[in-house]
Amino acid sequence: MPASPSAPLSIRTSDTVVFSGSITDLLDEARANAGVVVEMKGVGKIFAGGKDGLGVEALTDIDLSIRRGEFISLIGPSGCGKSTLLRTVGDLTGVSAGSVTVNGKTAQQARLDRDYGMVFQAPILFDWRTVQRNVELPLEITGMSKADRAAKAKAMLSLVELADFAGHHPWQLSGGMQQRAAIARALALDPSILLMDEPFGALDEMTRERMNLELLRIWDRTETTVIFVTHSIPEAVFLSTRVVVMSPRPGRITKIVPIDLPRRRDIETREMERYFELVTEVREALRAGEGAALGASGDVARRVAAEGLGG
Amino acid sequence: MSRRGVVRGVLMVLGFILLLLLVWEGAKALGGDPWRFQDGSGAEVVYRPPFDWPVTSDRALPHVWTIWNALSSPVQRQQTQTLGEFLFGAALYTGREALLGFLAGAVLGVALAAIFVHSKTAERAFVPYVVASQTIPILALAPLIAFAFGNGVVGIVIVATYLTFFPVTIAALRGLAASDPRAMELMRSCAASKWAIFWKLRFPSSLPYLFSALKIAATASIVGAIVGEGNPGGSQFGLGRSILNFNEQYGSGPEKLWAAILAASLLGVTFFLIVRVVEHVVLRGRPDADMG
Repeated sequence: MPASPSAPLSIRTSDTVVFSGSITDLLDEARANAGVVVEMKGVGKIFAGGKDGLGVEALTDIDLSIRRGEFISLIGPSGCGKSTLLRTVGDLTGVSAGSVTVNGKTAQQARLDRDYGMVFQAPILFDWRTVQRNVELPLEITGMSKADRAAKAKAMLSLVELADFAGHHPWQLSGGMQQRAAIARALALDPSILLMDEPFGALDEMTRERMNLELLRIWDRTETTVIFVTHSIPEAVFLSTRVVVMSPRPGRITKIVPIDLPRRRDIETREMERYFELVTEVREALRAGEGAALGASGDVARRVAAEGLGG
Repeated sequence: MSRRGVVRGVLMVLGFILLLLLVWEGAKALGGDPWRFQDGSGAEVVYRPPFDWPVTSDRALPHVWTIWNALSSPVQRQQTQTLGEFLFGAALYTGREALLGFLAGAVLGVALAAIFVHSKTAERAFVPYVVASQTIPILALAPLIAFAFGNGVVGIVIVATYLTFFPVTIAALRGLAASDPRAMELMRSCAASKWAIFWKLRFPSSLPYLFSALKIAATASIVGAIVGEGNPGGSQFGLGRSILNFNEQYGSGPEKLWAAILAASLLGVTFFLIVRVVEHVVLRGRPDADMG
């Protein structure tokens, strides 16, 4: 008998019911078991405004599935929607089309369940709090007891090697240290997903490379899933398990490059043959995307030339 | 504030007082009534200023030492209490009313701002009334308030509150709305409630704005208390009543009114400094905590 996807279904081993529900439920569960953390299907985002008042298409037709423990970098030129994509996952902005599923829930539910840790380009630490109290902030919001908060914040600060600076105020720290504090804060709630929006973009090159190593170490120890927006090709290749290459007007995914470097990465990794090949591959993917975008706007130019701009 | 900063501040205040005394007596040395002293042997020495200016006469502008001496003289004939003691008591009385008005005005101001920052509708509907409330002369309003709430402390505190809440509302509204939008997103990503966002982000980041307004409100609360005491239905005590009484007795003793004015301004400065110190304590640990 052909079963419709939503028809009730039960699976039994002798007398014990193993599963009861519809096939769609079963598929959802299977997907969850396969460790899919983020599932984006046909996601589009249109911002109000634009010259003609029709809105600006920031994202179109995004399909992306992210498994538990992955480190995904989103890379592309300005305006390709990589930050918007990250923000739709984190429910900081809604979607205009398609769906975002996080841990089997809507993005909004995942946010309310505090499944996310966010790190922005600026550290956004509160000046009036010490570093430790900044890390405690999300824990205060969840209503954790004072002693538990302090213990957790201490542990997080040790993780990012800032334990000696717990009593300092943010403005007494260097840019790199401030960003480490922001990472400690994002990790304080043990989020299943860490969303990072160009977190090292404002740092100098040396600090940035050191922070990359630190982030890999933290990722290794916390086993969290990371979605990381960056402008830097070497950074994306060095950090990621997959690099998602995006292209603008409208923002879309043009290529996904799996990074098959060994999981343990260090300064040596940046000198490996394979590393350079992957950097080149990402760079070419970016260039191809750019070409396509130019081609698209070329079409518009031709169409305007042919049809005129109207009366 | 460093210790050096404190020392510099105290020196500046002392320097300013000295300058004021010099200008005061300097003006009287140029024009006005003759200065009379007694030298060592008891003979009278007279100094005659070169010009005859009515504004610097002893009646319009008594000598600084005349005012100073009046403070240790009896407040009225046949009374043991000195003018200084009397004014100190009056200042305490007025200060208490002003403090109540200040606290009520500060709480009301922050509460109104908190409502307005969460509701654009409430802001649009009520902010014009808040502004309009300040266009009514307090001299016209004070007797009405006294009429409605009686001659006691309550009416006077309401006048002080009325002058205090406005700057606090406007500054707090600005401060509460000025939170970093990225910090708001951070709070959103932690699924923070409106309550948590208010107390952990909006309110702390509004404090520098708030303290600017509280310093204005501190002195305004004293003006309010004095006006409240001074109006026809007002108080029997306090600096406001003293100022009115000494005003009536100006002909026989101008130095008493000047002493009362001095007491009122000292009370204002004290209030201001208290707020300044509280500001310093509350905002310590911030990078730009000492903005004056």
